[in-house]
Amino acid sequence: MGKRVLVIEDEPNIIEAISYILSRDGWRVHTHANGHDALDVIRAQRPDLLILDVMLPGRSGYDILRDLREAEGLDDLPVLMLTARGQAKDREMAERAGASRFMTKPFSNTEVLDAVRAMVPS
Amino acid sequence: MTPEALTGTRIRERRVMAGLKQAELARLAGISPSYLNLIEHNRRRIGGKLLLSIAEALGVQSSLLSEGAEAALVAGLREAAARRGGHSAELDRAEEFAGRFPGWAELLVDARRRIDALERTVESLSDRLTHDPHLAASMHEVLSTVTAIRSTAAILAETGELEPEWQDRFHRNLNEDSRRLAGAVQGLVNFLDAAGEDGANLTSPQEELEAFFGGRAYHFGELEGPSADIDALLDGDAAPVSTAARATARRLLERYRADAVAMPLSRVARVVARDGPDPAALARASGTDLAAAMRRLAQLPADLVPAPLGLVICDGAGTLTFRKPLDDFALPRFGAGCPYWPLFEALSRPAQPVARLMAPAGAGPRLFRGLAVAQPASPAGFDRPGLFEATMLIVPVAPSAAEDAPALPVGVSCRICPQPACPGRREPSILAEGF
Repeated sequence: MGKRVLVIEDEPNIIEAISYILSRDGWRVHTHANGHDALDVIRAQRPDLLILDVMLPGRSGYDILRDLREAEGLDDLPVLMLTARGQAKDREMAERAGASRFMTKPFSNTEVLDAVRAMVPS
Repeated sequence: MTPEALTGTRIRERRVMAGLKQAELARLAGISPSYLNLIEHNRRRIGGKLLLSIAEALGVQSSLLSEGAEAALVAGLREAAARRGGHSAELDRAEEFAGRFPGWAELLVDARRRIDALERTVESLSDRLTHDPHLAASMHEVLSTVTAIRSTAAILAETGELEPEWQDRFHRNLNEDSRRLAGAVQGLVNFLDAAGEDGANLTSPQEELEAFFGGRAYHFGELEGPSADIDALLDGDAAPVSTAARATARRLLERYRADAVAMPLSRVARVVARDGPDPAALARASGTDLAAAMRRLAQLPADLVPAPLGLVICDGAGTLTFRKPLDDFALPRFGAGCPYWPLFEALSRPAQPVARLMAPAGAGPRLFRGLAVAQPASPAGFDRPGLFEATMLIVPVAPSAAEDAPALPVGVSCRICPQPACPGRREPSILAEGF
């Protein structure tokens, strides 16, 4: 049984591409496209890894991550943050919010695979 | 050195500019060349009939020789020095510099203003690039679509045996995303083009307005007739470009048109001929309020008033919302004015007209009458208080007509005002000494 990854991203074709490459790599992929109820979905899914976009409808990825780090049992969940902005201050914001890793769009499939494999060793 | 002490220097400069030899000017003025030489080196005081003769021979007004450069030019130099911190400029010699080299002084002031405008353009564009929500959303759309295309294309290109169902799906996604990308990029280009057009002239909306009104000498003949068309005026070549300036210009022009209807030019001309530029007389004759009469007087054609009139309007917070400066009564381009202006006194006692004789710093012996009133700008309700707007008409006072009553010293703004120990001072002046 593969490890579980939850992808929270509002762009359907990115979700589809990431889901495909991670599934082929043996991950069990769940997806969600909204920010406002994202925390509930994370609690319910209890994934081994979270891929979280910053700009989401309803609530920003930073806000979700900050709450996540204060939630019992989820404070050490590995989180790969996806963002369209790659400036130093954005990276810093992601780190302060509690991101384990930060990736700037557009990224390659190989970069995503390498990152998730490194974050959750099989 | 006092302005009068430099009269000789100004005569010399003007003579050289006119291409006259000392002997020629001396002959025209009926004095010896050696005496003119002493005058030009400020070793003899000059005034009265001789000053008038020399001014006539040079084709200039005698006041230009005796009083030197326009106060506005000197104020502009001091403002330029203030913007640089005033460390290296000889502030005490600004008057002398403007008097001796008026062309260079104007060039310097213009250059400083241009730099200010460009700095604001850069700041505004940078602010827009950093914080504009539309730009951020457009960039996000572009990058997200590119990410989807990149991932999908890589799957199609690099996956050896892709199931037909997935292959169809990814092809469809690629097609969708490429269309979305084209739309997003087009939107981004349109946005940046519009920003560039705005930015080309990007001063502040207030400055755009002032350039528009100043370019028309604050008078709009098109709005005097019954078929006044504000839209046509705003579609003209020199009309403001930015949305904010156009909206404000429309509001001001609508008010101008209403004033013109309430106070037709023919009636205003009769009142001014009889009573001079007196807003109270005009308001009585027209049944309007004082502020409307002040606005109307300040925006008349030049041939209807004995001398140009200045006007300044502020909102209840004291922010200047309309400025029509005079040559010798400069108004601050940024920030607030002098708290001693009658404008602000009027704001503190609404509906009670205020009249004060003012002596602006740096205007030499020139005096001005400030006539001000604060009137309701929006009605009060049970849920919010009413707002007030104050209006001040600035009327030059002829030296011969100046009363014995002491004039109130006023400035342009604290930073370039030399008044010592002024209770209204908000910040230190950069001027170490008085004018």
